[in-house]
Amino acid sequence: MGLQTPFYQNHLDANAKVVDFGGWDMPLHYGSQMDEHHIVREDAGMFDVSHMTVVEVTGKQAKPYLQFLLANDVDKLQKSGKALYSGMLNEQGFVIDDLIVYFINETHYRVVVNASTRKKDLKWMNLQATNFEVAVDENNDFAMIAVQGPNAIEKANAAFSSQQQSDVEGLGVFFAADSDGFFIARTGYTGEDGYEIMVPADKASEFWNKLLAAGVKPCGLGARDTLRLEAGMNLYGNDMDETVSPLEANMAWTIAWQPEERDFIGKSALLAEKERGVANKLVGLVLEGRGVIRAHMKVLVDGIGEGETTSGTMSPTLKKSIGMARVPKATGDSVMLEIRGKQIPAKVVKPSFVRKGQALV
Amino acid sequence: MSNVPSDLKYISSHEWVREEDDGTVTIGITDHAQELLGDVVYVELPEVDSEVALEDELAVVESVKAASDIYAPLSGTIIAVNEDLEDAPETVNSSPYDDGWMFKMKPSEPSELDGLLDSESYQNEIED
Repeated sequence: MGLQTPFYQNHLDANAKVVDFGGWDMPLHYGSQMDEHHIVREDAGMFDVSHMTVVEVTGKQAKPYLQFLLANDVDKLQKSGKALYSGMLNEQGFVIDDLIVYFINETHYRVVVNASTRKKDLKWMNLQATNFEVAVDENNDFAMIAVQGPNAIEKANAAFSSQQQSDVEGLGVFFAADSDGFFIARTGYTGEDGYEIMVPADKASEFWNKLLAAGVKPCGLGARDTLRLEAGMNLYGNDMDETVSPLEANMAWTIAWQPEERDFIGKSALLAEKERGVANKLVGLVLEGRGVIRAHMKVLVDGIGEGETTSGTMSPTLKKSIGMARVPKATGDSVMLEIRGKQIPAKVVKPSFVRKGQALV
Repeated sequence: MSNVPSDLKYISSHEWVREEDDGTVTIGITDHAQELLGDVVYVELPEVDSEVALEDELAVVESVKAASDIYAPLSGTIIAVNEDLEDAPETVNSSPYDDGWMFKMKPSEPSELDGLLDSESYQNEIED
């Protein structure tokens, strides 16, 4: 038996198919992954994401520490509750993890990192903290639930207290509100509007039931993966890892090069890489023949070379197979994929396939 | 609890075989198999008229999470495939034993039919 989140009994009550996910007993689906996917594109679904790790960075030097630790610049965060997506790189300029950092105040930032990378992230963050007046503490007091979909905001509202309802009114995208012990962020991993909500662990189960009563449907990790892929969002461990530069992972936009005097871990390696010329890029693929793109398929780029798929699925919204692949920088708008010994053509697109229910390819 | 009809034969890799009155057989995947796979999103079927040998990989069923090979439960010739599955692969989930059939064969070695599992043996296998 693995680790269980505060929603575990709720999952069982909803007939979840529970699987091991990085040591956690997590719901894969509650009957049909496909139905859950469509619910999030059309209405509102909820995902238990309590396995993700909340890290509190506090102290006088919290800001300079994070400015050195992360490739993106937390100086962009000027309003309390504002969130920033960033890579955390090693000295070789490869991605240790991708994360979201929330600005509480100059001496307190809240960081959310992946579940599968928890141990190495904390080790790395603590190692880097030795040169700063800062404390890095895992916060295990919260359960976390993502409520996503075109009706997510409205339905989640029905489950909030009146204080919370008033605190989240007009909450901007990529902002969070601290309210009645909840930390309610307008963020997500599906390409739809919604919240990611930290809930005190002892209130988790009750809040789940309120969301259920408001008409929010439980959705599992399976749908979470097809939704994030349609939205063109990277999955750590698939689309990038510690052998991949953010410049080859469609994460160049998360690197803050200005102000020039700011140093951050991995910066010199990235500058050297740019100087040499970035070899590869992460692109989106839409399969033009029959079949299903999966990770680790060979991509043939005529006259240029080869690449490899990093993620792939049959898109439930587009009813076509889509994927992401790392290919030579000079790759044009079409490639061939090797699928079960056959070569099938695929169109190269910007890795963003569906947003707010609309097909982009 | 998976549905295992008693009038069908089975192989351990979760294909079912129905012997038709005209000596041909119809093949698909079991209710248990479709449950394991989850939502089926893609089915690749063999060519009609192709000759296949026992245990050949004949077809592919892909669900949202995985691809799975379908093996020939018998040697023989493919005489028909269920083309409706190309546009409606989810039929494999909703009707694994009827509308979700995959292909029909004319067996070349009828003695191979004796090697198939009956419903009770298959039921025992999936309960282990």
